Amino acid sequence: MLKISDLKASVDGKQILNGINLEVKPGEVHAIMGPNGSGKSTLASVLAGREEYEIEGGSVVYQNQDLLELSPEDRAAAGIFLAFQYPVEIPGVTTINFLKTAVNQIRKKNGQEPMDAASFLRMMREKSKLVKIDPELLKRSLNEGFSGGEKKRNEIFQMAMLEPTLGILDETDSGLDIDALRIVSDGVNELRKDKTRSFIVVTHYQRLLDYIVPDFVHVLYKGRIVKSGTKELAKELEEKGYDWIKEEVDGQVPA
Amino acid sequence: MENQVLIDKFSAEFAAIQQSLNGKSESPFNNVRKAAMAQFERLGFPTPRHEEWKYSNLKKSLASDYNYHVESKLNENDVKSVPLPNLHGNVLYFVNGIYKAEYSEIVTPTDKLKIMTFKEAQAEIPEILEAHFSKHVDSENEAFSALNTALANDGVVVYIADNQTLEEPIIMRMLGDVTTENVGAIVRNLIIVGQNAEVKVAEAYRTMGEKASFTNAVTEIHVGKDARVDYYKVQNENDFSTHVGTTQVYQEDRSYFYAATFTINGGFVRNNLNIILDGEHIETFMYGLYIPNENQHVDNHSVVDHRKPNSVSNELYKGILMDKSTGVFNGKIFVREDAQKTNAYQNCRNVIVSKDATMNTKPQLEIWADDVKCSHGTTTGQLNDEAIFYMQSRGIPKDEAIRLQLLAFAEDVVSKIKIDTIHEYLEGLIIEKLGE
Repeated sequence: MLKISDLKASVDGKQILNGINLEVKPGEVHAIMGPNGSGKSTLASVLAGREEYEIEGGSVVYQNQDLLELSPEDRAAAGIFLAFQYPVEIPGVTTINFLKTAVNQIRKKNGQEPMDAASFLRMMREKSKLVKIDPELLKRSLNEGFSGGEKKRNEIFQMAMLEPTLGILDETDSGLDIDALRIVSDGVNELRKDKTRSFIVVTHYQRLLDYIVPDFVHVLYKGRIVKSGTKELAKELEEKGYDWIKEEVDGQVPA
Repeated sequence: MENQVLIDKFSAEFAAIQQSLNGKSESPFNNVRKAAMAQFERLGFPTPRHEEWKYSNLKKSLASDYNYHVESKLNENDVKSVPLPNLHGNVLYFVNGIYKAEYSEIVTPTDKLKIMTFKEAQAEIPEILEAHFSKHVDSENEAFSALNTALANDGVVVYIADNQTLEEPIIMRMLGDVTTENVGAIVRNLIIVGQNAEVKVAEAYRTMGEKASFTNAVTEIHVGKDARVDYYKVQNENDFSTHVGTTQVYQEDRSYFYAATFTINGGFVRNNLNIILDGEHIETFMYGLYIPNENQHVDNHSVVDHRKPNSVSNELYKGILMDKSTGVFNGKIFVREDAQKTNAYQNCRNVIVSKDATMNTKPQLEIWADDVKCSHGTTTGQLNDEAIFYMQSRGIPKDEAIRLQLLAFAEDVVSKIKIDTIHEYLEGLIIEKLGE
């Protein structure tokens, strides 16, 4: 359902992705790991359509469409969801209104009628339980004054509401304590029960993968996937760090 | 010299009015007008060399020819063609600055609310008129206020007696009929709110037609002891309109005054909001929103003058500037020596949507008392790209994301509107304009 071939991308003239190849099939969970600055978040951003990244080459085919041709909103309508590493605060727009607009815009693009208010509220109630988010919080301005944990839970809550086919989690574990991590992971695992839904989980640490167990683990370094394996690879990285991978790739011991 | 030609034109008009007075030229009301005319002739029209007009150049507006006292051919249906739905209130209609009693709908009984022309007021409440007319308007320094005072004739005196609470708002609908020619209008109204009285007043300006207009408006509001006044000014005129308006407010002890100024559309707009807090335990709130696009210019000047101790003023203006529009905010706060324990706050926040738009802000605080709390702040920034991308990534199209953010930015001013029907009406106008 997602096929990334030789994807190259730059920002401000600096090449960050140097030829990524990755295929994700329905229902699979792929973890993308790697040291800081390896291009993990760039990959997530490029897939979601962030404008400041320039595509230098390669292709991304998503459900038989050229993904790189689509605007961010069209990608959302096509079923791609990015959970942000740093969710944005938007004063004056409540989470409820924001999501109502988002849900109905996506439905409109997909030729569906807007959701009626009662069904929408029912759906909100149901999905908010998934990540144990306080419904009162949803009446407030989007993410404004939310704690780090609340913001991340709100991301997963939004994902649950928009029911994507591909969820991309960009360092969702950063800044979470162990309880929040568990709640967020439980939410994601609930969404995994739909066996057609796939995930790309970008993370620096193995910790998250104890809760969201991946089918595949890829290590990104210098803008390339330099190693792929199963969840055992993540454990190995946890024990040994990233240096041995760097050594393998660079062919030398760092000073 | 162009300036002098214009001044002479108004002098001639003033002389003609004086001739027609037939022996009433020595009335106190007329003496005030005569003095104001002399001030105007001395001042002339301001240029950008004038400190208060540095960023607002009237040259283009003054270069056009305007016809004053144009008798509009619009009928009642035309005048009422933009109704406010579900509005239950006193609706006063003005065309080209001239009060149209025959179209107006007054629902509040006359023992609570009196609406009089200046002529009627001179006959019915001469002492009250004399006590309040042009008492605080600065004709010495403001040419437009001087001219307005000199030519004041066609507006109304709104009088709310002591201890009266008006349930129904007073909506003054100002229509500029520019269907066939350029029109100049002198709009002058005086609102006297008695002690412990309560009222909501709105002034709504719009134009009909595509010719140019020059409106010189002055509204004086006297807020008696313990009185409560909500005042709205809504401007939605065509791109060829010039509006120079002053709202002059005088507050007594324990009174409450709230002003909200919404400039939706207009070619060249200058609003002066001058408030004198001449009493203790006064509360004053000022909100403003302006959303110019294309080549429009909106200038808001405010003066808050704390003269006595223990009062509070709070000001928040917000602007959204599009295309090649320009904006000015100049907020003065005076805290006089006697005005200890004053709390005065001022904030002006702007979003520049286009790289060609400009905003000039100038806060000015002059504080002579030592035990006060004052703060001011201005910000001018751009839309948050990250927030736009965030919304897009949730399926919201870019233009809709921008619109939602701008509406959210405007919301904390819009939400302050306490008359539901005006709230809805304005929200509609704002959405429409931001959607362009």
